[in-house]
Amino acid sequence: MEKIRISHTGYEVREARILRVTRLTESDKLFELALVGGEILDFEPGQFVEVSLVGIGEAPISLSSSPTQRKSFELCVRAVGRLTHALHRLEPGDVVGIRGPFGVGFPITKLIGHDLLLVAGGIGLAPLRSLIKYILDNRRDFGRVHVLFGCRDPQNLLFQDEIEEWQRRMDVGFQCTVDRADPDWKGNVGLVTSLIPGIDINPEETFAVMVGPPVMYRFVIAELLKKGIPESQIVLSLERHMKCGLGKCGHCQIHDIYCCQDGPVFFYERIKNLKGAI
Amino acid sequence: MEYAVLPKSALGSFVDALRQYGKVIAPVAKSERHFAFEEVTDARDIALKYIPTILPPKKYFMPQYETLAEYDIREGQKLYPVVEVEHIVLFGVHTCDLAGIQCLDVVFSDRPKDLNYLVRRGYVTIIGLECNEYCDQYASCGLMGTFLPQGGYDLFFTDLGDYFFVHVGTQRGEDIVANFSLFQRAESRHFWDLQLLRAKKAEIFRPEVPVDRFLLPRMFQEGFEAKVWEDVGNRCLSCANCTNVCPTCYCFDVKDVMNLDLRTGKRIRVWDSCQNEPFAKIASGESFRAERSDRKRHRFNRKFSYPVKRYNRFFCTGCGRCSRVCMAKIDLKETIAQLARETGYLKV
Repeated sequence: MEKIRISHTGYEVREARILRVTRLTESDKLFELALVGGEILDFEPGQFVEVSLVGIGEAPISLSSSPTQRKSFELCVRAVGRLTHALHRLEPGDVVGIRGPFGVGFPITKLIGHDLLLVAGGIGLAPLRSLIKYILDNRRDFGRVHVLFGCRDPQNLLFQDEIEEWQRRMDVGFQCTVDRADPDWKGNVGLVTSLIPGIDINPEETFAVMVGPPVMYRFVIAELLKKGIPESQIVLSLERHMKCGLGKCGHCQIHDIYCCQDGPVFFYERIKNLKGAI
Repeated sequence: MEYAVLPKSALGSFVDALRQYGKVIAPVAKSERHFAFEEVTDARDIALKYIPTILPPKKYFMPQYETLAEYDIREGQKLYPVVEVEHIVLFGVHTCDLAGIQCLDVVFSDRPKDLNYLVRRGYVTIIGLECNEYCDQYASCGLMGTFLPQGGYDLFFTDLGDYFFVHVGTQRGEDIVANFSLFQRAESRHFWDLQLLRAKKAEIFRPEVPVDRFLLPRMFQEGFEAKVWEDVGNRCLSCANCTNVCPTCYCFDVKDVMNLDLRTGKRIRVWDSCQNEPFAKIASGESFRAERSDRKRHRFNRKFSYPVKRYNRFFCTGCGRCSRVCMAKIDLKETIAQLARETGYLKV
């Protein structure tokens, strides 16, 4: 067996150096990275990268920063598997491999000029943050913006400092709720769906964008439709285990769709009849 | 020369001559009912009559273990992509398996192209071999229309008694014929012999299940909630035998393997199976095809429905391997027949 070395097969990685690590919760950390050599990672909100550590493997992680922040990018990583636990042990100065970005991001060109209702559940805030930050950096391109965030309990609240900032802003309607409160919690208690009836939107003008677990989608979509938002204006991101990122390995497949290439962001219309998608 | 004939007595020296193009691989008998593609050095070891091999020739295009990249931890996170190649000549590939290779070609040529597959593919010479007779009760090449050659080979052999009728499919095939003096130009009597065989075959190779092949994708869509999936799900053992032996199953896992020196290692891909429960599991622990019935239905749809939409091609070649190896005796033809009955697509 002869071995041929070639530079580009799709499995090559680019090295990225960790600039900063911020602990967000007991199991979540935010990594700020920059490609070694100063190259800029060219991505869109909603896309993901494969993070590689040699000897350990790869894991697909959503980009959490906005591409408007050019010199570095951020990944919010929950320690759940082999690679993510290893990542959590790394410190500023350490290097990881990056493959990608992959997939179809949020349809920004279609969102421009419209009102937006953004809904995140749990760690779904990590990819949605990329879009939120993009919108805030280009605030005049968009109409009214509402952000709803639901989280299991106050201990698992991601990006607390930024949430406080978003809550203070006058140009964004930000609301947050937890499923279970603790004695110090002064905010809403209940599922994120409970926030939807109370918001004041013009449904024909509004695009809803959401990222969260499948169970959240089922209930949130029902509320959005009740609110009068057309199906063609509902956008969601589907979580699957993208192993190759190249539309081949089959792990992320839903019917004839490869989530890693055709998604992870879809219009609801595209996936609503695919059983098992949400 | 597009059509040639080769006397059967010349097979031995032809196989010897093939070795200049690479390691010669051909079906070899392992027992009365079991055959495998293996390296042959003597043409007498080749099983000219064989039922589909245990593993399809897929193993030469997409090896069970394949190095994608190499690394050395002393060089940090650098990865060096590699492609492992070997010149081989696959001799005696049946039409069902040729169809399987064509399916893999389509998948890995689809953008983004898979260079590991495509580069290796260029090192393989394929010589097909026609099935004159029906192999066994498990095959469904009649239904899938794969019992006749439809390209995907450099040369295609048909056994017509004391000689092989040879169709030249590619320039590489042309070169092989030109470089071996015992090939002769096919004459009209040879074409007659071939036509006679094909006419006989048309009577033996009939659709095994009375359904219209072109309606299969629609039948699978409409039968998504059919009871048959629950039935096969109840019987399925999730052993993944069916995906391993399938000529068109190409799902894989990517993982790192450290060498014993604990400094160097490789990122490899290995065959994976949608029939294993963790296959569609995500980090939160949610599994999108948690039930065996979900997984069986997914696999069947990946043969008869989804790829037709995506690649305009069936990914079942009718080879019958999945039914032959199923420990729970889940039979592809029976499953299709039951689905056809439930959905009203069974022709009466």
